[in-house]
Amino acid sequence: MTKYRINKTRFVDQTKTVSFTFDGKEYHGFEGDTLASALLSNGIHLVGRSFKYHRPRGIMSCGSEEPNAICQINDNTDLTEPNVRVTEIELYEGLKASSQNCWPSLNFDIGGINNLISPFIPAGFYYKTFMWPKSFWKKIYEPLIRLSAGLGKSPTQPDPDIYDHKHEHCDVLVIGGGISGIISAKIAAKNNLKTILIEDKNILGGSTIYQNNKHFIIDNQKSNEWLMNEISELEKLDNLIIKTRTSLAAFHSYNYLLAKENISDHLPLVKKNDGIRQRLWKIRADKVIVAAGAIERPLIFNNNDRPGIILANSVKKYLDFYGVSSGLNNIIFTNNDSAYETAVSLFEKGISVKIIDIRKKSSSNIVKNAEDLGIKIYWNSTVVNTFGYKKIKSIEIMNLSEDGSNVTGNKHKIQCDCLSISGGWTPMVHMHTQSGGKLDFREIDQVFVPSEKSENHINVGSCNGDFELEEIVKNTNNKVKKFLNINESGFDKISVLCSKELEKKNIWLLPNTISEGKTKSFIDFQNDSTAKDIKLALREGFKSIEHVKRYTTTGMATDQGKLSNMHALGIIADTAGVKMGTLGTTTFRPPFTPLTFGAIVGRSVGKFFDVVRKTSIHEWHVQNNAKFENVGQWKRPWYYPINNENLHEAVQRESKTARDSAGILDASTLGKIDIQGSDASEFLNRVYTNAWSNLGIGKCRYGLMLNEDGMVYDDGVTTRLGENNYLMTTTTGGAANVLSKLEDYLQTEWPELDVYLTSVTDHYSTASICGPNSKKILKKLFPNKDFSDEAFPHMSYQDAIIDKIECRIMRISFTGELSYEINIESKYAKSLWENCIKAGEEYKITPYGTETMHLLRAEKGFIIVGQDTDGTMTPIDLQMDWIVSKKKYDFIGKRSLYRSDTIREDRKQLVGLLTDDPNEILEEGAQIVSELDKKPVEMIGHVTSSYFSPNLNKSIALAVVKGGKKMKGQKLFVPMENKNINVTVSDFIFLDKENKRINA
Amino acid sequence: MFVINCPYCGERDQSEFSCGGEAHIVRPKQPTELSDDEWAEYLFMRKNIKGVQFERWNHAHGCRKWFNMVRDTSNDKIHAVYKMGEKPPVI
Repeated sequence: MTKYRINKTRFVDQTKTVSFTFDGKEYHGFEGDTLASALLSNGIHLVGRSFKYHRPRGIMSCGSEEPNAICQINDNTDLTEPNVRVTEIELYEGLKASSQNCWPSLNFDIGGINNLISPFIPAGFYYKTFMWPKSFWKKIYEPLIRLSAGLGKSPTQPDPDIYDHKHEHCDVLVIGGGISGIISAKIAAKNNLKTILIEDKNILGGSTIYQNNKHFIIDNQKSNEWLMNEISELEKLDNLIIKTRTSLAAFHSYNYLLAKENISDHLPLVKKNDGIRQRLWKIRADKVIVAAGAIERPLIFNNNDRPGIILANSVKKYLDFYGVSSGLNNIIFTNNDSAYETAVSLFEKGISVKIIDIRKKSSSNIVKNAEDLGIKIYWNSTVVNTFGYKKIKSIEIMNLSEDGSNVTGNKHKIQCDCLSISGGWTPMVHMHTQSGGKLDFREIDQVFVPSEKSENHINVGSCNGDFELEEIVKNTNNKVKKFLNINESGFDKISVLCSKELEKKNIWLLPNTISEGKTKSFIDFQNDSTAKDIKLALREGFKSIEHVKRYTTTGMATDQGKLSNMHALGIIADTAGVKMGTLGTTTFRPPFTPLTFGAIVGRSVGKFFDVVRKTSIHEWHVQNNAKFENVGQWKRPWYYPINNENLHEAVQRESKTARDSAGILDASTLGKIDIQGSDASEFLNRVYTNAWSNLGIGKCRYGLMLNEDGMVYDDGVTTRLGENNYLMTTTTGGAANVLSKLEDYLQTEWPELDVYLTSVTDHYSTASICGPNSKKILKKLFPNKDFSDEAFPHMSYQDAIIDKIECRIMRISFTGELSYEINIESKYAKSLWENCIKAGEEYKITPYGTETMHLLRAEKGFIIVGQDTDGTMTPIDLQMDWIVSKKKYDFIGKRSLYRSDTIREDRKQLVGLLTDDPNEILEEGAQIVSELDKKPVEMIGHVTSSYFSPNLNKSIALAVVKGGKKMKGQKLFVPMENKNINVTVSDFIFLDKENKRINA
Repeated sequence: MFVINCPYCGERDQSEFSCGGEAHIVRPKQPTELSDDEWAEYLFMRKNIKGVQFERWNHAHGCRKWFNMVRDTSNDKIHAVYKMGEKPPVI
């Protein structure tokens, strides 16, 4: 037992010792401790350095509002975690913690020099200083700032922990397991409502669970005793789920809430293995009762940031909950009655305590209690300075003037080793405002309280601005009954006796004898923003609270200003001479406390990050050494290297063989939509630019689909399977969007059409065989079929049977070669593919991937929607006027084709480009210019597709160029980093312009 | 995140739906007879109201049906849902 472990409590098991290390040194605490209480029990206050001035900082609170005491947990490269609040870490065997933001060590930090030069680094220092010279930014300023930025260190290895997401539904969700949350949950659950109570600590009870003062009595028991009984009653209720270690992260509209449950963070290292670390609950609640409590405010005075300066109620919690005294010679500095409970509790345990109160008197029972015990109280006084570098040693106090705006009399120095401060309480209105609720400012105790009444959520207890025990209990009971339509509850006849605060006084920035410029009165402890920074911002013309916040960085640290925002507002209001309620607040955004990335993404990592779609022939591709390319969610074979070929070599071989003999492509990923209904032809007429009514049964046709703005949206071949039945193919990436768009038109614009759409992309797989020998291969596969041009012409389809399985053969071509596509039910596709390969063996049939497919179609000048188009190309821009019907009265996008913008002649238009050096391959995306000397250089277009064609033995490219249609033969330039490439505009069909090969 | 009462399926989470913008903009029956300005009015001009707005929604990850919804964009309160072709309610 250390000398600071004062008493035994029921919450810390002093028979179970837990060892841990802090900055490499081993210490001991007990089961039930937090890292903070264990450190304090070892007399350690100094745990970190501040962000800007590197001032020594200690533990200041006991919860999620902690601004100072944040540390690095664990030291391994994958599990280490920065910026963890020591007040929230439950102690476990083997815990390793270390301080942050200090070098070489916590005790000697070289960055502490910033504290000495602090007059030269005021608010906005970085914005003002690093403006010039401009050339210094990249090489000198930025690396320096980056070096000194940040707090802890991120892990460098992937997170090995498992995180989880879970949905939950309930009638009533109660946020906060303090006294008002417990009362609310009990009323709800006893009235047959499925209730969930969440609490971020490991046990229920809030601050009442350690309120052991004789002036706070419920039903003739001390309030903490009464509450213990209530908690044990609560645990017996069937339809109540209690989730401890679960903190609310976000409160969205329609009572949709996110809460993070810590599952293994508190377990000893040996027990953590393989389990889930944290779980994110996605809760939809019919009704929400917010009982989030209040946070104690600090007081703002000179040097109010030393280790050993702690919020008064936290000192009480460390004492009465953990059994640890934060100091042996205490001073309490307060503006309200609640800190007197801490004083009485310290005194009763025989620990020295004095009180400084800025009020002139207080006539409440608890204050009288302190006076009766003989505790020394300095009324109408304020602290003007504190001393002690790494821990507080003494303070100086002075009397306040009549109006509190100044100090009078002599300075009086008092020794101490702990200064408890209390500036009153701030209701936690975060949840209320996150859900869309508004706030009112209550003048008497300077707090923002929830105003609007929502039908679906209420605020109870101190987060609603009820601070006295009696009003907390009674108002909670009444509000909850009304909210849930309940007539009677077990709390109707409850008797509550409590000390009531009658005298209130608040001074946002306490006066001093020293001029403000020479004081360091911290408001935001983590980001080192002081009162003078805020005043400087106001002097420099910032008026909005949102601007002051960003300029001074007040409230922008990892604690999100839980302790600082109110004082910043108060000082702005005082300085600007406006009423505080009129300023508003900064926006409270989720999450309430930082969430781990793991909790946010849950299981959606690694192979679960996104859906992977594989064709039914995928296995074969893998076995045959295919390299894959991601196309949307699909894995498509990219190329099939043989004997260490690179991409270029493989593609050259594949495309040569495809043109000279035969090639085979897995085209299963193309979107396929089955269209049926008596108006199917009319429907196609309306969605494609060309005419469809005249397409014979058994014929195929290429179609171009536009958006209503006239820009090309999708393309593909559609086959007429029957009188009222078509099979549409779409691009691989566009399949889902095309179906949605077509459904939209059918349902909303043309509900009179008798048309039904079904996606059959996954149902059929496609093997596409091309090349001069493809017909011979097909003949081997389907010996009974007549493949003559007369019986089976280009752009037609026939049913066929292979191995007793029905399939469809389409004679269509995306390569310009004689080409057949065989569609078969997906489960037979691999066997079909293998048959094709076998039949093609004697012709050296080569499987080819997307890269060769792109090359082959580019030789023929066929566009790829999404590569050669980008949502700004009309069919006219693509020189595809032939596909736009002049006769049809209307189709999607028709009217837009002659808007003043789309008929401009200087639009970017599709052209071919040939490099003067036939071996020079252009880069896709490269910019095209017509004049090299003109400055600024005007970009007139860019390269969309570019390849070396083995069949033409030269480099070819497709490009879009302003006014390109009329530029054939013109010389242009493609400027690259170290050279200019000379190119000539050409036709964009490079091979077989006469379409002879298709019938070869 | 809202709960939307799909007129075909009932109450479902917002994540199942996608929003299709302003409702009751009818595609002109005879686009060829419109001037550039009139066509542009249909094609581009959309209101973005702070307050009660009539919107198209699609139960994209459900029945895939389109329907209309009246929503207050300032507080996300949904006043009504109704099927395509039905008369908009008076709010």
